[in-house]
Amino acid sequence: MSAVAGALLEVRDIVIRFGGVTAVGGVSFDVGHQQICGLIGPNGAGKTSLFNCISGFYRPSEGEIRLEGQRISDLPRHRMMGLGIGRTFQNLALFRSMTVRQNVLAGAHCQGRAGFLAAALRLPASRREAAEAEERARALLALLDLEQFAEVPVAGLPFGWQKRVELARALISQPKLLLLDEPAGGLNHAEVDALAELFHAIRRNFELSILLVEHHMNLVMRVSDKVVALNFGKKIADGTPEEVRATPEVVSAYLGEHAHAA
Amino acid sequence: MASETPLLKRLLGVDQRVFWALGLVLLVAPVFTVESYRLFQLTLAAIYAIAILGLNIITGYNGQISLGHGAFYAVGAYVAAIMMDKMGLPYWSTLPAAAVICGLVGFGIGFPALRLGGLYLALTTFSLAVAVPQLLKYKGIEQWTGGVQGVLVFKPDAPFGLPLSSDQYMYLFTLAMAVLVFVLVRNLMASRIGRAIMAIRDHGLAAEAMGMDIARLKTNTFAVSAMITGLAGALSAIAVEFVSPDSFSVNLSITLFVGMVVGGVASIIGPVFGGLFVVFVPNLAEEISKAAPGVIYGFILILFLFVLPGGVAGLLRRLVARLLR
Repeated sequence: MSAVAGALLEVRDIVIRFGGVTAVGGVSFDVGHQQICGLIGPNGAGKTSLFNCISGFYRPSEGEIRLEGQRISDLPRHRMMGLGIGRTFQNLALFRSMTVRQNVLAGAHCQGRAGFLAAALRLPASRREAAEAEERARALLALLDLEQFAEVPVAGLPFGWQKRVELARALISQPKLLLLDEPAGGLNHAEVDALAELFHAIRRNFELSILLVEHHMNLVMRVSDKVVALNFGKKIADGTPEEVRATPEVVSAYLGEHAHAA
Repeated sequence: MASETPLLKRLLGVDQRVFWALGLVLLVAPVFTVESYRLFQLTLAAIYAIAILGLNIITGYNGQISLGHGAFYAVGAYVAAIMMDKMGLPYWSTLPAAAVICGLVGFGIGFPALRLGGLYLALTTFSLAVAVPQLLKYKGIEQWTGGVQGVLVFKPDAPFGLPLSSDQYMYLFTLAMAVLVFVLVRNLMASRIGRAIMAIRDHGLAAEAMGMDIARLKTNTFAVSAMITGLAGALSAIAVEFVSPDSFSVNLSITLFVGMVVGGVASIIGPVFGGLFVVFVPNLAEEISKAAPGVIYGFILILFLFVLPGGVAGLLRRLVARLLR
């Protein structure tokens, strides 16, 4: 409510070490409200480590991460979604034995309050919140064209559709920040085009910010309001897609022309 | 026009209540049509069904292997026997008490054990099943447990002067409890908690990302599972009218596990068939061969697993899917 003034997500001086290896060496950047931010960099740049840190799966060795001013970098990972951080995974992490609808509903877990007893007895409050979740799931399945698969076990769907289910599952809890780990990975051209439009539709409908880690440069440059580029664990550029594209360090990081790097 | 819709859909279209009524008639019918010993066996099958349902929650739905649920069954049975024989309390009061005590024991054991997970949990629970019969023989608590002798209790007579034998009454009482427990568990598994229980089994990391507190959910699930199996144990003490350490050997835990797999892992209706299987198939094996019933039992078991992958519940699921198409 009051947080509109500052950035939604503040990443401050994050250092991530694995044993003696420094994967991320002091990176800071912001993601604004309803902003789409692309995190790019060559393989091994530390994108995924940083992403896992923001989603609460790694603890930073140094530095802190704040969401709407609240420090989140030392909270347990199951608190993240409740705070408003939804995510998808690079290599699908769906609940494979469950149907598409059940998967999406599972995303609404932290919006429910009903415990074991209330659920077993179907108390009015638990029935009410279940009905609300069902309604949101229906709307999301419609938005993402998943209605025809609603009762199908998710494991049987083609890859691209499974990615959509993950998206729906992350969106049902109405997050403030959506973290997407290589959303275009494994998709064909047409699917990537559809994805770009989908992101804009999602931002409009859900009034959220998106942070995406992506290899697909074309997609990142097309959808992002701002781009943060990493190389060897350091930030080498931070700005609009045009600015980042024009940065010599980015060009050399991608083309391997060390001569240009200043 | 009506002939184009498949049979089952047409039947379902009639009225759901018709099915419920039919099911109820089917369940109650044995009271008047089956002789007393068979009725006792059906009572036992219903009790095992409840116990297996309890196991299915933690092992089938939550994916945490327990090879020691017989221990909770034993604790429930002893709670009931001690309350009735040593304290003179009415049989029905032992059920909530057994459920609560087994829930607490399950919570206490689950809290550390579930952090192990996987095969380690299987072994931890297995050691529990090994230890419990001997603990029950412990001299220090003999005045309560009756040591090796066990405890004798008596089946209640039918209340309100109902014209039923105690066997008939016990069957109906057990049936009512079973229906209650099955409905509650079905509700639970269809809820956000049920989805979380399954989500944790399918993908722990993703479950955490969905805001599920895995340690807490697993522990609570284990407690609920122990509670239900303990309740079944209490019912068994009343129905069998006797508890002794040797009725709750490791074998019992394995029996429950077998019933779960045969009936159908992660299924609500499966444990009903699991209960029937573990009560009647050993008898059948005995009838076929007095000399080697174990061989026959093993053979039937393997046959079941080959013919019915996914257990009886899996077969039913496929049948319903076909009829609905």
